[in-house]
Amino acid sequence: MKTKEARLVKRYRIFFLLVALNIAVLIFFPAVGSKSLQLTWSNLLEMMSILPPIFILLGLLDVWVKRETMIKYMGDDSGIIGVLLAFFLGSAAAGPLYAAFPVAGVLLKKGSKLSNVFIMLGAWSTTKIPLILFEASSLGLKFMLIRMVMDLIGIAVIAYFTERMLPKGEIEAIYQNASNR
Amino acid sequence: MTAALYVIAIMALSVSLLKSKEKTILALKKAWKSFENILPQFLSILIIIGILLTVLSPEQISKLLGKESGWYGVLIAAVIGSVTLVPGFIAFPLAAALLKSGAGYMQIAAFISALMMVGIVTIPVEVEYFGKKAAAVRNIAAFVFSLIVALVMGVVM
Repeated sequence: MKTKEARLVKRYRIFFLLVALNIAVLIFFPAVGSKSLQLTWSNLLEMMSILPPIFILLGLLDVWVKRETMIKYMGDDSGIIGVLLAFFLGSAAAGPLYAAFPVAGVLLKKGSKLSNVFIMLGAWSTTKIPLILFEASSLGLKFMLIRMVMDLIGIAVIAYFTERMLPKGEIEAIYQNASNR
Repeated sequence: MTAALYVIAIMALSVSLLKSKEKTILALKKAWKSFENILPQFLSILIIIGILLTVLSPEQISKLLGKESGWYGVLIAAVIGSVTLVPGFIAFPLAAALLKSGAGYMQIAAFISALMMVGIVTIPVEVEYFGKKAAAVRNIAAFVFSLIVALVMGVVM
């Protein structure tokens, strides 16, 4: 029991440290402190509203989708289908980028190709459909189109570049880490 | 968008429950475990974002990306975009306002692109899943990419 509590404190120690920092800011710079707490609170509400369905879907994916199926559609030999699926998964998603990492974790665990996981991450961060529409209405169609074309190329290039830059041992460690989750 | 996500999750959960109660419970247990696993990092990020966004408010950002700009402004824009984490529905109106107040398309393109693809604040979570090296390579590549987007935007717009 003692060790369990110790582990909990250890895992949350950075969080506690930041809370203490924020309280210190609140005491010495009340305006900054209260504004930032307000922002944190509204972000927390947003996070708590968006994360439950994402994690439930991830749990279901983990239980129901066979590893062989994932490897077939998004694995090393999945080719263009894997790439398109990765783009679709990321673009159709909702939520901030940090919510994409647990999704990436499950994809890795199930045997998806690393570059496809990076493509999903890239698409999640930039080519989400509602975001694109919003970009066109605030910054103009031309701006949006140029950026979207570049993003589609950039996401793929960054994904393959990152995969190529990693030594084999590092990639194995990433998959090992994912399967332990 | 969030509502659609809930509808999909509830539908998937119902189908799963009809097919197998045990597997559904296992799925929910896994969902909770993976959520709780990453919760400390998520909570820490929320506090960092709160403090950063207060210090780097939209007014501050528009001051930094004024008319002078040039490549210096592009670089500042990319750096600000990298360290901040603003949701899209705030970022685009902000970018439109910056354009009106005199920032160029290059700076805005660098800011928006870095904002979306580079995540300095979310690096702890990224490292948790991909390790330090992969996180570093992806973020540096994304940073360089946002400069390239700015360059192209400067030529085309």
